[in-house]
Amino acid sequence: MRHIISATVQNKPGVLARVAGLFSARGFNIESLAVGETEDPTRSRMTVVVGGDEAILEQVRKQLAKLIDTIKVQDFQTTPCVKRDLMLIKIKCPPQKRAETMEIINVFRGRVVDLGEKTMMIEVAGEEDKIDAFVNLMRPYGILEMVRTGRIAMARGE
Amino acid sequence: MKGTKLFVESLLNENVDVVFGYPGGALIPLFDELVDCKKIRFILPRHEQGGAHAADGYARVTGKPGVVIATSGPGATNLVTGIANAYMDSIPMVAFTGQVKTNLIGNDAFQEVDLTGITRSICKHNYLVKNPEEMPEIIKEAFHLATTGRPGPVVIDLPVNVTTADIKAKIPKTVNLPGYKPNMEGNPKQVAKAAEMINEAERPVLYIGGGIISSGCCDQIKTLAEKGNLPVTPTMMGLGAFPDTHKLSLNMLGMHGTAYANYAVTHCDLLIAVGARFDDRVTGKIEEFAPDAKIIHIDIDPTSVSKNVPVDVPLVGDAGRILKQLIPQVKSQPRKAWLAQIDQWKKDFPLKYDEKGLKPQFVLETLYDQTKSKKTIICTEVGQHQMWSALFYKFTKPRTWVSSGGLGTMGFGLPASMGAQIGKPDHLVFNIAGDGSIQMNIQELATIKNNNLPVKIIILNNHYLGMVRQWQQLFFNGKYAHTDLCDNPDFVKISEAYGIPAMCVEKKEDVLAALKKAIAHKGPFLLDIRVDREENVFPMVPAGEAISRMIGGMA
Ligand SMILES: Cc1ncc(C[n+]2csc(CCOP(=O)(O)OP(=O)(O)O)c2C)c(N)n1
Ligand SMILES: [Mg+2]
Repeated sequence: MRHIISATVQNKPGVLARVAGLFSARGFNIESLAVGETEDPTRSRMTVVVGGDEAILEQVRKQLAKLIDTIKVQDFQTTPCVKRDLMLIKIKCPPQKRAETMEIINVFRGRVVDLGEKTMMIEVAGEEDKIDAFVNLMRPYGILEMVRTGRIAMARGE
Repeated sequence: MKGTKLFVESLLNENVDVVFGYPGGALIPLFDELVDCKKIRFILPRHEQGGAHAADGYARVTGKPGVVIATSGPGATNLVTGIANAYMDSIPMVAFTGQVKTNLIGNDAFQEVDLTGITRSICKHNYLVKNPEEMPEIIKEAFHLATTGRPGPVVIDLPVNVTTADIKAKIPKTVNLPGYKPNMEGNPKQVAKAAEMINEAERPVLYIGGGIISSGCCDQIKTLAEKGNLPVTPTMMGLGAFPDTHKLSLNMLGMHGTAYANYAVTHCDLLIAVGARFDDRVTGKIEEFAPDAKIIHIDIDPTSVSKNVPVDVPLVGDAGRILKQLIPQVKSQPRKAWLAQIDQWKKDFPLKYDEKGLKPQFVLETLYDQTKSKKTIICTEVGQHQMWSALFYKFTKPRTWVSSGGLGTMGFGLPASMGAQIGKPDHLVFNIAGDGSIQMNIQELATIKNNNLPVKIIILNNHYLGMVRQWQQLFFNGKYAHTDLCDNPDFVKISEAYGIPAMCVEKKEDVLAALKKAIAHKGPFLLDIRVDREENVFPMVPAGEAISRMIGGMA
């Protein structure tokens, strides 16, 4: 099982190290970790994607909550929510292929953010599956570089 | 106010009356202030590790947080084992370390280490104070964190320029920790469910740990046990929480537990765990631990619940408060058949040993005999002598047993005994030591002598790293790889060199007189007792085996 778990933490020095250290010390399997400020500048939110059986995931939630700097822990498994990943990808793209790539990019609602003589950099945001599918379509062109932010999530409604 | 002064004021505000500390460059200004404070007793150990264990021992016997201070760099790293030891056993402690000036942090400055990085995973929380104005608030928070919820050590790294700054901030009255609210009360529905299960159980066992002692609810455990006729087994950390001499006591369980405790747990239909955490030294092979039992688990730390075994009724909160809710709902029950079965196990498989020769168990039985009517505290090092102390000395009161459980730190006992003696000056304090362990912090004999602490040190000298030798004998074909200490130094001479009178005991007949002499002596005293070299601790559950499958001492 893979869950998206988010922790709202106090924006204090060392808090990222505490969370990262917790995962390595307890041997939790972390797939991605995204950190950033929230609506309240004294707090930040960490979103982790973590794998394991229910017993492990329960420990992850409890151990995160136990950190003194953690204010709230949410597991998005059972909550309706919006999930997003952002990716920047640079591919080989000689001028004669541009039109063809643009078509794919449009279908995925990506954006071209940089053009080189023989390269193209594209930004795509969305759910993981969509991004994975896009990456697969780009493979034949030759992927030069790729970077993803890791998942972030937010519950729907109130 | 000057930082150093505010620091001392902050300690006084937390009712600190003793500090264990060792000086160094980063601490000179602070010590210059501390030395003038007459309300705080300052103890200079001879190694920072000793200071940390002393603070830990002090905390274990008093229930108050222990305080230790060490300088930056090597002073700070010398505290690491002591901090980890307190963390594993949930002991309240506040450790202060000096740090290089804030503008030098990260520069590999002289005596700089990233102490908050090093200690992050071995303490409840830690701080690097960068802004002097935050120091009073952080100290307040640290004491609060160390002593509430599941207690534990908190570390504060103090750069020199923070303590020497002029600080405007005052000591706050309250703490503001939005992420820290330990749950205290038990969920009433769960409590009712637990009571119902207890009332319906035919073969219940109450399994209690160090949490009972931290929570201060030993009387309630006794009430619960007596009301429900529940047999009680303490973990090593729980020794003293329920009298070993009580007819409902099964004594300690686990790897070196009694056979009757391990059988009772294996056959019970309900296990009520209170303030204990299902450590692997207790459970053995987890699949066969209490296989027929439903489990109720009362603990203040949610992460301890359902961590190692699935629990039927989790109750997260303070053990004392939950017992208060629970006891009125528990009906008294005779449980004749179950108690008769337990009595039979006690008769069939008592704790015993071969009495020929000078046996360590005999020393402990004699010591118990000689001290049972006195206020006594037993500290230990780690090894066979520790297990014999746990099994053959009878503990009847909380905070009278001081031993390193979770970390199993050789070298803990001697400094811990000095902290214990400082915390309880009216108690007779013993350190039961192994010949290996005593050498790990033997420098503390100087601190004991210097402060005239009347600690009695009893070395159960088998000229071996005995516990490891036992495993080698039983599981490694008797190949004693690096465990022979036959060329031990002369402990009597060492002790005398430190100015502490000492005696060597080689015959069983001399044990009683030697113990009497040590007890009667006004100051510290050391006994080097030459015990049977190859005696083993039995019963024993081989590592990873079910606790019902013990070896040794069973016939
Ligand atoms: C600091 C430390 N190092 C190593 C060990 C592993 N260890 C556990 S018991 C033991 C032997 C202890 O020997 P001694 O103090 O003589 O006690 P005995 O078992 O002989 O009673 C050792 C080496 C430990 N627990 N702590
Ligand atoms: Mg030994």
